[in-house]
Amino acid sequence: MRLEKREAPSAAMLWAAPLLAAVASVVLAGLLFAILRVNPFAALRLLYLAPIASANGVAELALKMTPLLLCALGIAIGVRANVWNIGAEGQFTMGAIAGGGMALALGPTGGWYVLPLMLAAGILGGMAWAAIAAALRVGTNAHEILTTLMLNYVAQDILSWLVHGPWRDPQGFNFPQSKTFAAAATLPSLWGTRLTPIFFVALLAAPCAWVLLQRTTAGYRLRVTGLAPAAARYAGFSASGTVWLSLLIAGGLAGLAGIAEVAGPIGQLVPTISPGYGYAAIIVAFLGRLEPFGIVVASALMALLYLGADGLQMHMQLPLSLTGTLQGMLLFLLLAADVLVANRVVWRRG
Amino acid sequence: MADLVLILSILVATMRAAAPLLFAGLGELVAERSGVLNLGVEGMMLVGAAVGFAAHAVTGSFVLGLLAAILAGAAMAALFALLTLRLLANQVATGLALTIFGVGLSALIGLPWAGVPATGLPAALWPGLAHDSPALQQVLLLLDPLVWLAFAAVVAVDWFLRRSRTGLALRAVGESAEVAHALGTKVLRIRFLAVLFGGAMAGLAGADLSLAYTPMWVENMTAGRGWIALALVVFSTWKPWWLTAGALLFGFVTIAQFQAEAFGLSFSPDLLATLPYLATIVVLVLISRDATRLRLAAPAALGKPFRPSD
Repeated sequence: MRLEKREAPSAAMLWAAPLLAAVASVVLAGLLFAILRVNPFAALRLLYLAPIASANGVAELALKMTPLLLCALGIAIGVRANVWNIGAEGQFTMGAIAGGGMALALGPTGGWYVLPLMLAAGILGGMAWAAIAAALRVGTNAHEILTTLMLNYVAQDILSWLVHGPWRDPQGFNFPQSKTFAAAATLPSLWGTRLTPIFFVALLAAPCAWVLLQRTTAGYRLRVTGLAPAAARYAGFSASGTVWLSLLIAGGLAGLAGIAEVAGPIGQLVPTISPGYGYAAIIVAFLGRLEPFGIVVASALMALLYLGADGLQMHMQLPLSLTGTLQGMLLFLLLAADVLVANRVVWRRG
Repeated sequence: MADLVLILSILVATMRAAAPLLFAGLGELVAERSGVLNLGVEGMMLVGAAVGFAAHAVTGSFVLGLLAAILAGAAMAALFALLTLRLLANQVATGLALTIFGVGLSALIGLPWAGVPATGLPAALWPGLAHDSPALQQVLLLLDPLVWLAFAAVVAVDWFLRRSRTGLALRAVGESAEVAHALGTKVLRIRFLAVLFGGAMAGLAGADLSLAYTPMWVENMTAGRGWIALALVVFSTWKPWWLTAGALLFGFVTIAQFQAEAFGLSFSPDLLATLPYLATIVVLVLISRDATRLRLAAPAALGKPFRPSD
């Protein structure tokens, strides 16, 4: 068996590859369940079907989709411009800290203005955290992969310090958590579920990202910088402008996701606010082909894996760490299937 | 004498904290010198830590635990090599996938042993000192064989890269795969072996953490050390001795975080925990500022795929 480069990338394979990877991942997941000595068919049903069998389940899916979708759109815009932002997790955390800090500062009373201020603070917090990496890249040439990643750990430590120290609820029986946010500082939930309106903001962000990338000069510059850096330089596009723009957008989106999580389902600041959304969003971005609409679908699939693992833990006592294993497997399979986009398999005898 | 013991104990603690960074960093350094950027170090380390701990817990043998960790790291690296070298997948994306996969897989493997305390790797005996000074003996007893092995590995890798024929071929492949291929060098075989070495060393680094440095298994226990090792390789400008200097510096920062309390500094442990990460950013900034120097030092073919034409 041998790989032969195609004359042009296969358009059909471009979209068939993620499907192929998804199907293969279901098969591998079944194998994994067999290894873990549970009935693979029952487990697969719990993983992929049971979570969305009810209206409330669908709302939970949308709730989990929200942070994945927001973070992944930012990551994808970056990767299209060859800016590798691995810091969505930290930007998410900083958004939660900044917005949550706003809620705590405004106290138990307050009117309609509280939530907009919190959301703005969250977006700015995420942008500020991403701006550190952008400034380091532009000013000192330090690569954003490593700086954004280090900043993830720093953000997590800062959150832990805040909820163990200055922001700890004095009436909280010494638990490391802040006061619960006031009613005015909590996102409204829809239709008796935990879903918040930010889900629709996230859905709306997808077409906005598409317009930015495909229909604006700024987006054109981002894409050219990513595809052909030399041509972008020759055309006079600012390389540092690209870094700043893509990181600020990504930081703002992740920051919004962070504040939406603590002002929504969580309702206060706690030491752990994300089960790795910022990292899972990297997989979502690639699974969605770095295309905004593909990312919407991919975020739903990844959210399903989170919910499914919850169900497997509850009904089959399987560990939650299955999520990461399955997510990682999915990205491997996609990267492997992607080979078929640029190459065709040639079978040779002898 | 008391001063000597204090200085020695700081030195010993620094070397112990540096050892896992040295293993992982040396492995990645060799892989990158061959032109392959593997961002999966953190994932390979975690799998090594979990498998090493599990194998030791089951067999009761440290040697088998370490061997299992080395094999597990190499197996993870083989997956990466298959995707990036054989199937020409993007190295950055595949490396990230390897880390995400490793975080989940290690948690799955280590689950039965999570939080179970264990006895650490016994120290190598230090001949002669036993009678002379019990205090010194106490300090030096903390130096386990893996610390010695880590520093021996620096000498070996440095010799291999600079003096051996295969090392020369490996560096040639990392500078220009096309030229090396034209000269008859087996580019893909060398890169595959370099990546496997990187995985084996990352696995060993993980086992050093879970069997010697803090003898237990906790989810995500590497806490970014794999990423710090990657940053140290850049900081070292791909030279083993500079990597050693960087690893020792980081070992010192890591223990400073614990020593601060002993010296009566009342600082939040959470904020002190940020020190190694902030230090990583600082050294990256320092080394990256001179863009030309960094570009000249980096293997020219780093991250570029190679397709042997037939």
